[in-house]
Amino acid sequence: MSGVPQRAWVEQIMGLPVSVHMRGVDLQGYAVESAVAALYDSLRDADKVFSTYRDDSDLNRWYRGEIGLDAADPAIPEVIALCEDAVGRTRGFFDATVSGRWDPTGLVKGWAVRRAARHLTALTGHGWCVNAGGDVLVYTPDGEPGWRIGIEDPRDPSRILRVIERRDGAVATSGLAHRGAHILNPFSGKPATSVPAVTVTGPDLMWADVYATAAVAQGVAALDWLDEADGYEALMVAPSGLLRVTPGWNSSNSQPESSALRAVADVSPSPDPHG
Amino acid sequence: MRRITLWLLSTVAVLVLLFSYRTSTMGAGTTATTGGEADDTTADVSPAADGTKVYKGSTADTRWGPVRVSITVANGKITKVEVPTYPNGNRRDQEINAYALPILTQETVDAQSARIDTVSGATVTSDGYIESLQAALDAAGL
Repeated sequence: MSGVPQRAWVEQIMGLPVSVHMRGVDLQGYAVESAVAALYDSLRDADKVFSTYRDDSDLNRWYRGEIGLDAADPAIPEVIALCEDAVGRTRGFFDATVSGRWDPTGLVKGWAVRRAARHLTALTGHGWCVNAGGDVLVYTPDGEPGWRIGIEDPRDPSRILRVIERRDGAVATSGLAHRGAHILNPFSGKPATSVPAVTVTGPDLMWADVYATAAVAQGVAALDWLDEADGYEALMVAPSGLLRVTPGWNSSNSQPESSALRAVADVSPSPDPHG
Repeated sequence: MRRITLWLLSTVAVLVLLFSYRTSTMGAGTTATTGGEADDTTADVSPAADGTKVYKGSTADTRWGPVRVSITVANGKITKVEVPTYPNGNRRDQEINAYALPILTQETVDAQSARIDTVSGATVTSDGYIESLQAALDAAGL
């Protein structure tokens, strides 16, 4: 671990554990405390607007027709537009309408964390790592060591498949661990079960999360469009248990223990796009 | 175990042939030649001093050159998949990079020894958090 002073906060929001780890000086000072507080307030606000569990969330009131979109929190039309964008980017494998009622939850999580983390960018000279239920966003100022992120083994959450080191950007993982087959394939309507886990890295947490979710919904053929997504790389645990990565994964993600794992032949994924 | 090993070799050989198939659909007109060696599962077997065995599959000719796969088996488990012979070194390999690489995990790493700062996994909810690895990491910094 780094020798720089470090402090951590954890709160449970949106049904998720959200932790913030901060490195630097004055970790008990006003600037740091207020930035972290603002991050958590932002997440609580997102929960108030989008929670499907709260009767009085703007989302539920809109569903019930009690308020129109113009009267609802402006975050709702913003997220609607992003969900539409997500359908195109993921070739239809992320679709907020898949379960019958429009449900933006899969996108809102990354969107909300991305928005909340903006409160940390005002801190100059501090490195930070936000982890919201497994979605990770980090920042490291020049001269400090980066963050070591362990990718969970979907077959045994106490074990790590790989360690990657990143100075900034997002790491999002989706899969079958913890909640089982909860991701539906929008084309078949059925829960996706073939791919145990996908991890996507890239500049934006919301898109990394959406891409990871869509890739689980689709299966190994998703590596085709993941490869084309600019700035994003993916690691997928295939149904066989083998790991597969997009070609840029190794150069984009520093892997301190890379001697343990070696890349082998280029092979194409199944030609079946709905595979 | 031998049956599984041969199955894996032929599966990998099939995957390599898919690689050839895909190349010919990229429409450059050159027919992908294969050795038709997917049937040849009597691969080389080389026992090593520590009891591991290395099985080398047959060589498949692809439009960019020969590809040969080998797997290492120790104690009944596949510990390594390698391609000792594969095309490299020219511009067309950029097209090869459009395909994903299968990577065999060796031992997964125990989180204690991994010295990680945080875990990225499928969503752990607040219910599961207390027992999670991430909780231990957060507690260390609190």
